[in-house]
Parts: sequence; structure tokens; C-alpha cells
Amino acid sequence: MYQYDDYDASLVSERVEEFRDQVARRISGELTKEEFLPLRLQNGLYMQKHAYMLRVAVPYGVLSADQLRMLAHIARTYDRGYGHFTTRQNIQFNWIKLEDTPTILAELATVQMHAIQTSGNCVRNITTEQFAGVANDEVIDPRPLAELLRQWSTLNPEFAFLPRKFKIALSSSAQDRAAVRMHDVGIFLHQNAAGEKVLRVFAGGGLGRTPILSAQIREELPWQHMLSYVEAVLRVYNRYGRRDNKYKARIKILVKALGADVFAKEVEEEWAHLKDGPSTLTEVEYQRVAYFFEESRYNRGAGDEAIFQMQLAANTRFAQWVKRNTRAHKVVGYVSVTLSTKPGAAIPPGDVTAKQMEYVAEWSERFGLGEIRVAHEQNLILPDIAQADLYTLWQLACEAGLGTPNLGLLTDMIVCPGGDYCSLANARSLPIAQAIAERFEDLDFLFDLGDLSLNISGCINACGHHHMGNVGILGVDKDGEEWYQVTLGGAQGNHSALGKVIGPAFRAQEMPDVIERVVTTYCDLRVQDEAFVDTVARVGLAPFKVGIYGQPKAAA
Amino acid sequence: MANIIKIINGMPQVIDDNWIVISEVDAATQSPGTHHILPFSYWQKRDVYEVTIKPRALWISPDHDFEASVTQLHELDLIAVDFPSFRDGRGYSIAYLLRSRYGWKGELRAIGDVLRDQLNYMRRCGFDAFAIRSDKNIHDALKSFSRYSVQYQGAVDQPLPLFRRR
Ligand code: HEM
Ligand code: SF4
Repeated sequence: MYQYDDYDASLVSERVEEFRDQVARRISGELTKEEFLPLRLQNGLYMQKHAYMLRVAVPYGVLSADQLRMLAHIARTYDRGYGHFTTRQNIQFNWIKLEDTPTILAELATVQMHAIQTSGNCVRNITTEQFAGVANDEVIDPRPLAELLRQWSTLNPEFAFLPRKFKIALSSSAQDRAAVRMHDVGIFLHQNAAGEKVLRVFAGGGLGRTPILSAQIREELPWQHMLSYVEAVLRVYNRYGRRDNKYKARIKILVKALGADVFAKEVEEEWAHLKDGPSTLTEVEYQRVAYFFEESRYNRGAGDEAIFQMQLAANTRFAQWVKRNTRAHKVVGYVSVTLSTKPGAAIPPGDVTAKQMEYVAEWSERFGLGEIRVAHEQNLILPDIAQADLYTLWQLACEAGLGTPNLGLLTDMIVCPGGDYCSLANARSLPIAQAIAERFEDLDFLFDLGDLSLNISGCINACGHHHMGNVGILGVDKDGEEWYQVTLGGAQGNHSALGKVIGPAFRAQEMPDVIERVVTTYCDLRVQDEAFVDTVARVGLAPFKVGIYGQPKAAA
Repeated sequence: MANIIKIINGMPQVIDDNWIVISEVDAATQSPGTHHILPFSYWQKRDVYEVTIKPRALWISPDHDFEASVTQLHELDLIAVDFPSFRDGRGYSIAYLLRSRYGWKGELRAIGDVLRDQLNYMRRCGFDAFAIRSDKNIHDALKSFSRYSVQYQGAVDQPLPLFRRR
């Protein structure tokens, strides 16, 4: 993975010292609450219901074993022994003291980590997919460009006070696993007919109150122009994005108001001034960065195929885990393993204890190449595992509560922290997730249901991506009470779609029944092994409404 | 007399300042003095008013559409950019454009809600003078210019990104 040189290291330590000073000035009263707010947000520090929350950046979701150990140390020393992995591939600590944050940041800096721009109205953590660099359907490794974007956006002086937050995602696989089109800017890196690396650029996506999938604004942009093009997008947005209304301030509203064509034209006009200027990327720089991502240590070999087949035959759960939670690798004999952080009702999705983090770090070194990934579905990935080691790894993962074979199944939910932690919440999301997980404990039933994503957000901000879930649950407030609205038909991936609301909201205690009715209706309607989303797409919402609310009264 | 921070030969320093910013409201009733920084909007409507003295300095609000008049701006001694709130980042892009695209070489001053923690960003976007909000200690604010030794991306102060200098 990318290694800091002196420049990168100095910048991060200078940032720590700046923040130490800002915290001291806040504590002494020199900075007012309002003045401190954007400063702390740009360092990932939120004020939540009970305490400060610190969001640490995991650039494009890539962690080393030592970094994960450091996160375990932070969880144990400064928090309550666990951390929460997020849909932005970052990690959050929920119980942080303001006075401790400079020290935490200094400790993070020792392993090349920081919390810069994990929040606030600036360019946030750059994301890509969890299998970047190892996926068998990948055209080119997106990580070098993601790192170049990280550097470009870090403390960028012009874009630190944008109208609103700004999220960029990059993907280069046949299948989009990075939810690219729900980002403010989404980039698909691919190879054109002439064999050149080119970018297809989308802008104006986002969830929240007004969910919109982004529109394409550029077909083939040579990769060398990535930074100047993104700069042009941001300059147009910074100047013309709405600032009068927080809910209309995202770039999606600007793109929608202007129309994607007009917006693209504005960007092209701006870009004409920047094209071929100093921020044009060089081959030398690309190679320098790409060097850190090239891996040649794949030497364990596949192992004995006969033994592996025996292990599969002897243990159904293992076979299910291999089927669901491992994924083809670009190197023969290797696979990527997803460790589910969702073992069942007892654990909130994405929560990982310090001890578990240490285990994962150890496994990554023992069985892999010392690297871990964070998926936006809130799971952890060991990207490079030899097939021969799978059985041992699976046993260890099961012991540590990370071996649940439920990837992509109903209980592999994406869930935001909701009312239990978040001060913006309208409703709690974790107890709903828990109640549903309790109802659907039977794994074999879940296997039979197949791929079905269930996403829960505690408010309209959509941190839990409820719009993109095949089944989405949104917490809403009605006269001070918690209610839950259900959407169906959302999807991420190449056929991204936003879910549609099925009807009136439900009370918390009804939710497991409601989800059960959704599932039963699907089972009644599906033909052969049609996936849930395909059934919804084929039959529409009406039969589901009947299944959930009962037969509508005859009109006459 | 008020103080400002001015970058002189690359060194930020606190100096005395004798310019006065005239608000939109005052501009409607007052005729300009030699040391007035007038609103861009006033100047746009200048033939409507009895102009006795040619303005030497103007301030631009992010809502002003200054780009069409950019060639005339070159006659001025000073351009100021207003930050209605320190969280409003449009002034950074305006400074970038004035310096890089429109070739403004004279003093470029940040006025309005100008706070210490934004100064380095402002300087990098091309400001060379800073009217710190009057309730803040201007001498303390000087410290913000020396925090960073590294900049990844190119900006007005250093157009070459780090990757062209590594
Ligand atoms: C705990 C405190 C949190 C607060 C105060 C918070 C705040 C917000 C707000 C205000 C929005 C709406 C933004 C908009 O539409 O302009 C939002 C959206 C979002 N947040 Fe959070 N959030 C929190 C936690 C999280 C967590 C834990 C995650 C990941 C699990 C997350 C990921 C996201 C995502 C993915 C979106 C939607 C992105 C989009 O519209 O493009 N947030 N959040
Ligand atoms: S969706 Fe709402 S409740 Fe959930 S974390 Fe985001 S802001 Fe908080």
C-alpha cells in the first residue's frame, strides 16, 4: 500500500499541531463554539448525543495490519473498546474526550493515519471498492488515482469551505461495487479502444433528502487530466452552488437546476483554462504512486485442490461461507475474504472490538499480505488469502465472531448509528436492525432467499444508504414518536436504482413482521431463482403493498 | 488607525492601515474619499452618482458579477474580497481567478469575517492583505502563516503541485 515519504509525514504532523492549537484555543474560550465547529469537523470531530465522535480516515478503504492495531489501541485506550466501520469506508469512535483528540491524532500519525477532512464542507475521504487491485473483473487498479486525488484534495486551499460536503468515488471494475453514482463526483476508470486509461466522469449524485443518481458529464477523459477536471467541477460548484439553504447546497441540486448538459458545458469552459496546466498528472508521478500498490508476493500457491474439496464436503457451513463470503482474485489460487461484522442480533452492524481488530491484523499477516480493506457495507476484507489457508482462517474467524456466512443476505444490513448515538436522528436504527436480525436467525432460510440488501437510516440524511437497499428502512418522526418508512427496489451496482416508498410508515414493534411479509410476498411471487430486486422490478410495488398492508378495499 | 496583516517580501507583518471600507448603504449617501474602499455595485452605477474622485479601491462581494468588468478593475490600487461569513468559501475562488486568470497584480485584501484559521488558505489563493475581524488579536493571527511546510496541490502562491517538485 501507499507509503508516506517525508512530505506526507510532515503534512500530517503539522496538521496535528495545528489542531492541538485549535483545541487549546477552544478550551481557553478564545474560539467560540461556532468558530470551532468547522475546524473540528474538518478534523473528523463531531459532537454527538453523549460525547464527541472521532471519524478517522481510511483512504479508499485500505488498511495495513499495523494501522488496524493502532485503531484497536485507540478503541481500547480512548473509547469503550470498539470502533464502528462506516459506509464511507472510515472508522468512527463514539466516546472520545475533546482533550484527548490531539494525542489520538498524534498516535495515528505514527502509522500514517489522520482524520483530515473526514467531515465538514470540503472534499471528503476518497472511496473506491473493497476489492480494488485484486478483483478478477478489474480493468485497471484504481488505487493510484485514488491516492493522487487524496493528496490533491488534502488541505486544498480553495475548496475547504464549499457550500456542502463533497464525496468522490472511483471504480474500475466490470461491476460497480463502490456505489459510484450516488457520489457528488463518480469516476469510472477504464481502458478505451486504443488501450489508453480514460475516465468516465459523473456528477451530481447523492442521497439524503433529495436522492439523485449522478449524470454523466464526460465520456473519455485521459487520466492525466483527472485533477484539473475535478478542479474545474469544484470551482463551478464552489462559485454557483447554493448557500442559502443547507438542503439545497449539494452539487446535485446545482446539476439538476442547470441540467447536466449545461453544467457539463460550464465545467468544460472552466477546464479549458486549466487543461495541460501544472496539475496535469505525469507518468512519473503515476508510476511513483502505483509502485506502492504493486504486489509480487503471491507465492503461496493454491494448495492441494483435493484437500480443499474434502473440507468443503465435510462442512456445510464452511462451504456456505466460501460460497458467500469469498470472491475470485486476479491471481489464481487466491481469493478475497469478507469477514462479516454482522453475526446476528447482539452486535450493531459495523461494530468491531479492539480484540477482533487485533485478530484480523494478525490473520492478514499470517494468511495474507498484511493488508485489510473496509467495505462500504461495513464489513472487513482480507483481500489476499491463499485457498489452502481458507479452512484454518474460517475456523479462527468463527471463534472471533467474524465468520458468519451472510454476505449479501438479508442480515448483512447497512445500518447507521441512528438515535442511539446520532444527534440528528429521528428514530433509532440499531434496535430495528436487532429485532430483524433476531427474526431471521435461520441461516438456511436466508440462503434460500438469496441476495437481498436491507439498509436502515435513522433519518433523511441517509447515512445508512436506505435508498439504495433492495429493502430500505427510514426512521421518521411523527408527533415525537419513532416511525419507520419502507422503500423497495433500491439497488447499488451497475443497475443502481433508488427505492420507492410503499405506503404509510410503521411502528418499531411492527418492523420484524413487516419485513417478514415482504419476504413472504417475494417467495410467493418469484419465478425459479429470481433475485429479490428482479421480482420487484418485474411485478412492481402493488403486489407487495397487498402482501404488506392487506387487500385494498374495493373502490365501488 | 486600524491594523491589517500584509505580506511584504514574503513576510506577513502587522502594519497600520488607512483605508476605510464603505458599506453599500453608506456608499449611497457618501461621496468617495481618496482612502475609501467602495462597493463594486456603487462603482457599477457610477454615472448615476456625482463622482468627484475616481475610486482607487473597490470591494467585491461573492454575489457581485465582477467578471464582465474585469479590465476596468486594473485601474485600481486595491481590490478587496468580502467574506460575509468565514464559512462562505466563494472568496477563495474569486481570489484565484483574479490572480491567475485576470492577472491582478496589486493588493488583494480579504475583508469581512476574516479569522486566523483561514489565513493560510487565503494566502495560498492569492490574498496578500488581511483585515482580521476586529474582535480578534491580530498578532496571534500571524502565527497561522507558518504552520505548514508542505502543500500537495498547486495554488496561486506555488502553481506547481508537489508532484512536480518532489
Ligand atoms: C454519527 C453522526 C453522523 C452525522 C451527524 C451525520 C450527518 C449527516 C448528514 C447531515 C447527512 C446529509 C448530507 C446531505 O444530504 O447533504 C449525511 C449523509 C450521509 N452520511 Fe452521515 N452522519 C453521521 C454518521 C454517519 C455514518 C456512521 C455514516 C456511515 C455509516 C455516514 C455516512 C453518510 C452517508 C453515506 C450519507 C449520504 C451520502 C450522500 O448523500 O451522498 N454518516 N450524514
Ligand atoms: S442517517 Fe441520520 S440518524 Fe443516521 S447517522 Fe446519518 S444523520 Fe444520524
